[in-house]
Amino acid sequence: MPAGTLYRGREGMWSWVAHRVTGVLIFFFLFVHVLDTALVRVSPEAYDDVVATYKTPVVNVMEYGLVAAILFHALNGLRVVAVDFWSKGARYQKQMLWTVVAIWVVLMAGAFYPVLQHTLRTLFGS
Amino acid sequence: MATPTTLDKLEADSTTSHLITVTFRVRRFNPEVAAEASWQDFQLEIDPKERVLDGLHKIKWDQDGSLTFRRSCAHGICGSDAMRINGKNRLACKTLIKDLNPSKPITVEPIKGLTVLKDLVVDMDPFFQAYRDVMPFLITKGNEPTRERLQTAEDRERFDDTTKCILCAACTSSCPVFWNDGQYFGPAAIVNAHRFIFDSRDEAGEQRLEILNDKDGVWRCRTTFNCTDACPRGIEVTKAIQEVKRALITRRY
Repeated sequence: MPAGTLYRGREGMWSWVAHRVTGVLIFFFLFVHVLDTALVRVSPEAYDDVVATYKTPVVNVMEYGLVAAILFHALNGLRVVAVDFWSKGARYQKQMLWTVVAIWVVLMAGAFYPVLQHTLRTLFGS
Repeated sequence: MATPTTLDKLEADSTTSHLITVTFRVRRFNPEVAAEASWQDFQLEIDPKERVLDGLHKIKWDQDGSLTFRRSCAHGICGSDAMRINGKNRLACKTLIKDLNPSKPITVEPIKGLTVLKDLVVDMDPFFQAYRDVMPFLITKGNEPTRERLQTAEDRERFDDTTKCILCAACTSSCPVFWNDGQYFGPAAIVNAHRFIFDSRDEAGEQRLEILNDKDGVWRCRTTFNCTDACPRGIEVTKAIQEVKRALITRRY
């Protein structure tokens, strides 16, 4: 079927899209994570070498992105569970989504310094 | 005292002044002409209080008779003219021009997920097959009563929302799961199963639940709420699907 315009869904559809995207991103992280952790079985030095290459600002920002993806996926996952199991869940799905977004923003603000302090210190001095 | 000429002029002014010029951007497809669908723009003068369906009529009657679309009652009950207007599924006969930001072109496309036959007409057979598969009729055991089957107001209330369905396919064709896999029963079939599963007079709830327990049944629902947003009858479709899911787990309905 020929493509037309993008379907204009509302909060429900876009939260589902974001849930899918973050889920795939987390999967790729786990894939890499299992591989680099398995390097310990090869040799502790090889593991140290590989993990040492992660100590760059770019990877640090990706870590912050990972926190963002996991937090959204986890919080929205609770919302999806509530939609299915709480009898009023479907009616309050939008309010629950905005609650998820609010909690996400607060936690992301809280994680900003703890996660990125290494990069902030190297980029902007001590 | 007004002379006939000024009256005529007044009348002419009053009939033309409230009309606005809108552009209808219609997704055209004719398999006899081209293999690909394409957009075609139509300019028309229309009262903003008129509906998208009136605009389509103006195009078909005055500009291009080959424009093909379905409509029957034109008053939101037959469910024939579900289409994608400005990216969202709606009934053309219930969508007013003034509610659509007429300063921009109004896009009109066929609903997604079903094969387009011509212009805005899609093949509804898979949609109605899913509807038939959930057995949307009263099934009872034992002898027929000599009078009507009575039901309390509370029992009737239980499935009131899902009796409103007009089978327009706006919900099913708004579902991302259905777009990707037409085997999914889709919201409309589940809504109509819900209407009988939760009817105290019906005795085939168990059978219908088993049908929807299938891998292409209710568990494919990802609660995107597109169906609830699209329903022109205001049915809480996702809520109905969720109730069927819970009935499958608890076996209480």
